[in-house]
Amino acid sequence: MNYEEKLWELAQTDERIVVMTAENRAAIRNLPSKLGSRFIDVGIAEQTMIGAAAGLALRGRIPLTHALATFLTLRAFEFVRTDVGIPNLPVKLVGGVPGFLSDGNGPTHQAIEDVSLMRGIPNMQVVCPADHDELVSALPKIIESNAPCYIRYNAFPASVVHREPFELGKAEILSDGEDVTLLTYGFLVREVWKAKEILEAAKRSVRVVNLRSLKPIDEKAILKAARETSLLVTVEDHFLIGGLFSIMSEIFVRNGVSRRVLPIALEERWFKPALLADVLVHEGFTGEQLAQKVLRALG
Amino acid sequence: MTEIATSPAQELTELALRVREHIIGMSTEGGCFIGASLSCADLIVYLYKEVLSVSPDRVGDPNRDYLLLSKGHDVPALYGTLAELGFMDRERLKNHLKTSDSIYWHPNRNVAGIEFHSGSLGHLLSVAIGIALDIKMRNGSNRVFVILGDGELNEGTIWEGLLVASALKLDNLIAIVDRNEFQANIRTEELIPLEPLEPKFRAFGAEVKTVDGHDFASLREGFANIPYAPGKPTAIIAKTVRGKGLPSIERRADRWFVNFNKDEIAMLLQELHGTAKATLTSETLMVR
Repeated sequence: MNYEEKLWELAQTDERIVVMTAENRAAIRNLPSKLGSRFIDVGIAEQTMIGAAAGLALRGRIPLTHALATFLTLRAFEFVRTDVGIPNLPVKLVGGVPGFLSDGNGPTHQAIEDVSLMRGIPNMQVVCPADHDELVSALPKIIESNAPCYIRYNAFPASVVHREPFELGKAEILSDGEDVTLLTYGFLVREVWKAKEILEAAKRSVRVVNLRSLKPIDEKAILKAARETSLLVTVEDHFLIGGLFSIMSEIFVRNGVSRRVLPIALEERWFKPALLADVLVHEGFTGEQLAQKVLRALG
Repeated sequence: MTEIATSPAQELTELALRVREHIIGMSTEGGCFIGASLSCADLIVYLYKEVLSVSPDRVGDPNRDYLLLSKGHDVPALYGTLAELGFMDRERLKNHLKTSDSIYWHPNRNVAGIEFHSGSLGHLLSVAIGIALDIKMRNGSNRVFVILGDGELNEGTIWEGLLVASALKLDNLIAIVDRNEFQANIRTEELIPLEPLEPKFRAFGAEVKTVDGHDFASLREGFANIPYAPGKPTAIIAKTVRGKGLPSIERRADRWFVNFNKDEIAMLLQELHGTAKATLTSETLMVR
């Protein structure tokens, strides 16, 4: 069952669900005819979409709003913060082509501060599915929750065999290990998993943590990894400031934990626009390149 | 259908006078945006008494009409009206700017009867669209009114929202412009000219009328027969005077936000009732 089929299934039994888009129907192409008036396309007007979503939520609806991640979180930011955040309304923000997934679009389309922006809003949840399966299994939990939520939309085929059912605020431990913990979220789980296999072939014991939701975050899993492995590596297609590395730094300082962390992220720069596979190579995020970086850090 | 009571003009005039007294009362000990509150007072009083299907015992009723203040600065006029009409105790207005309550310079939902918060301009037309849309989806007959400032029309989201409201055929949405011709300390026409304004709304798909925002007969004419055209949002341009009711601050660019002393308040109350002219000495707040 794909994203829109799941959404349709949930919408059939829950009248509160309305689906909105700012003229971006890629993920919800077949829903207009099925949902009728519960499908609302406002055109290229992200701010109006979010304001209207707040109005619909005031009337008891749960709007799932769709737009490219960068326009949803940046163009409409103040509407998200002010009209959804302040009243804590259950508006769900589904951001398309986040991070590296914007391929060759260029910096205008690179949502690589989206986690940073959204997690700064009180009560806003941030969910980053590793793949399509995780997205679909997260959807009912996201809708069930009464909070506003930002979803880093990712419909790539399953990247790994998932071991645990999706729960908000609960990381999935994909593998246990003692030498190093690789922590990541979103589609990079795929590359991190490849890196883990390369590292294991080099006789390293690797723990892989798929964070799944960055807010709430699984603080326990992070602190446990800090206790049990000597090196932690964060891998994210996000600016270094404000993403997972920042979140972990906050957790460590708050808990008085000092650990060596290798952050792999975009440091003070946008990434080279190209097709995804070439972006990964250029930016050093393929499984092979990640493994090499970790090996160097392990010494 | 909405029941429209018809109050004698005298009753409306007296109510508006009491609301203006409350506004003056809130323009000390921290102050308030008195100019915009006074320009909106007759309009808000008229809406509550004659147009809106609302009452203190129906605050959460899904079939009520909605009024949203998008410009926000005019909220003392709404506080005063809500106090006079029994949505809250008049005594509560003394809590203006007190941490023990939530009666401050912009609207918020902690005050029963206030539908949504504002303060950042250009937001509530879109929120109104969402409410109006849900009412349509449920085949409701209630309506959503949103008061916009004329300065607020500088914001692109107002025009974006009008396009969307027209596309969605929201004829249960009524945008009212408090056309007091000022934005902060400057005249709208001197900064970002809005005129001709009626044709702009029409071009964006609304049906428009201009009314005198201080004349109840004119307001009655404007709010009769809305929507003006089926399938189209309504825009009502209410021509108003900033500071209306207090000649010593009417149309004064510097009397936008004020924090008067007790003597000035006493004088302004006399001026409101036409018994004396106020002499104002408090500093003015200039942002331009």
